[in-house]
Parts: sequence; C-alpha cells; structure tokens
Amino acid sequence: MYGWIFRHLPGPLWVRILTSLVLVAGALVLMVQFLFPWFSQFTTLTDSTIGSAQQP
Amino acid sequence: MAQQQTDGSAAMTTGGGTPAPLPKRRITAGDVVRKIVQIIGELLVTAGVVLLLFVAWELWWTNVEADAKQSEAIKSFTQDFDGPLAPVAPPSASAVPVNYGPPAVAQAPGHGGMIGIMYIPRFGPDYTRPIIQGTSSDILDTLGLGHYANTTMPGAPGNFAVAGHRQTHGAVLDNIHLLVPGDRIYVQTTDGYYTYVFRNNQIVMPERTDVLLPVPTQPGAEPTDSFLTMTSCNPRFGAQERIIAYSVLESWQPVSAGPPSEIAPQVAQAHGKG
Repeated sequence: MYGWIFRHLPGPLWVRILTSLVLVAGALVLMVQFLFPWFSQFTTLTDSTIGSAQQP
Repeated sequence: MAQQQTDGSAAMTTGGGTPAPLPKRRITAGDVVRKIVQIIGELLVTAGVVLLLFVAWELWWTNVEADAKQSEAIKSFTQDFDGPLAPVAPPSASAVPVNYGPPAVAQAPGHGGMIGIMYIPRFGPDYTRPIIQGTSSDILDTLGLGHYANTTMPGAPGNFAVAGHRQTHGAVLDNIHLLVPGDRIYVQTTDGYYTYVFRNNQIVMPERTDVLLPVPTQPGAEPTDSFLTMTSCNPRFGAQERIIAYSVLESWQPVSAGPPSEIAPQVAQAHGKG
C-alpha cells in the first residue's frame, strides 16, 4: 500500500521523499488536532471529578 | 520494498530491454490474496504506530499544551496586579500574627472565569497553577484546577472544592498523595491570600458526592470552618477511585499585606518579578 503510494508520487526521487515526509507530517497534525482529543474521551485516565455524571 | 519496485517497473514496461524477460504471468488468485494480506498487514502496523503515538500524546504532549495554557492564564491574571510582592512587616514587631478580620469572599465568576492561583510548596517551588470556575473537561483538560461551581468560594464557611487531573493535561494533582498533614496550601485571589492547612487524604469511590458537602462527608452539618477539598483520580494511572485531600482555612491576609513569607518568592516569580 505505502509502496504503491510512493511509486505513484510525481517527480524525481528526492521530491517523492519530500512529498512523503510532508504527507506523514500532515497525518500527524490531523491526528493530534482531531483524532487524539476525540479518542481520549474513551479513556478513563482523565476522570478526576466526583460524581462526574452530574457534572457536565 | 526494492523487490516490489523492480516488479512494478518491470510490469509497466512489459519487460522490454531486460536481460531475462519475465515469463508472461496471469494474475492468479494467490496474487490477489497475497496483496490483500499485505495491505491488511500494513494497516495493522499503521494502527499499532498510531496507538503508540496516542499514548505519547496523552502522557506527554497534553502536559506540554496544558502547561503553556496555564502559564498564559496566570500571566493574564497577574497583569493588572499592583499589590506588594513581598510580605509587608506588621507595624509593631510582635510575634503575634496580625488579625485581618473575617476573610473576604469574592463573587463566583462565570463558567471558565479565573478565581485565582494556587501555590503548594510541597509540590515544588514552581507549583503555581490557575483555579478556574467549572469542572467540565474543557476546563480540566487545559487549565488545570477546576472549581466545583456548586461549592463555596475561598474564605466562606463551607467547602471550596476543586478538581484536577492526576495524570495527563498538566497533571496538576499528580503528587496529591505526597501531602503531609500540616502542609500549607495557598490560594491567591484578587482580594488576598488564603492559607489552608492540609489535614488528611481519603480514597473513595467516584460517586461519593458527599465529599463536596459544606462539611465534607457530614450531611446536614452547619459549617463553621472553611474547607478546601481537592479531588483527583486514583490510582495514579487509573480512575477506578478518587483521592480526596482535605484542608482547612488557617488564616487570611489582604493583598495590601503582601504574600505569606513562605510563598513570597513564588508569588514574585508568578508576577514576572522573580
């Protein structure tokens, strides 16, 4: 899958390496901004209030 | 990877010019299965890497982000503070502490408003954390200590209760189990400094809302003291229980009297003059 993507990137090798680095960085930003904060609601590590059910 | 690359390019140029032309191959069912298994494998490896990244984000990066937000909150709170930053000596050099009368009780701010700053020397000389009104996750996850809006403000008879994370998002109450009876906990508001003395810890189940009562765990009791109750997760990397730290108000001094001497350097630093 990743090999297929890499082969289909345009440009010479160094451009493709740069493009894939940018793609990886973009994926990382999306994860930190949206995926991880959303996913953290399913972990219970951060429950620190008493009677959280009554405290919105 | 290199193997795949030569395979791919060979297929695209139909073997023209290669020393040993590949025999004409038909795509077999085995090829399809191999391809599917390869894609599933790569997706599973990706999922593993993403999960590791999530752990790193949760346990490390949320602290970095929350610390930055909290310093910002403290900076904006201390911006228009013009009180003395060193203890003001009492007029007569007596050993008896000056009595400043009943503590001032401020009006509670709206949800998300800043109540003050908490200093806990036991947690280190740089433990300077904002106290924000409200205990919803948007407050606790970035700004640290959240005040239970249905409890009293500092100084009033009753219970001033705050929640904070034990781990992640600044981990503001990570060391709550290290408090020793007699430790001072200081709350600075725009009115003055409230000195609380830590009395005891208690570990309870998460639904024990009676720890937030005006007299903690005593329904119907009329409060005469001012309590400070801090709640956090227990155990440190779990949330099956809650750890509660009870403190009681010892003294109060207005802003004009300067900070208590134990935290004077810390207060000066928090106000950008340390």
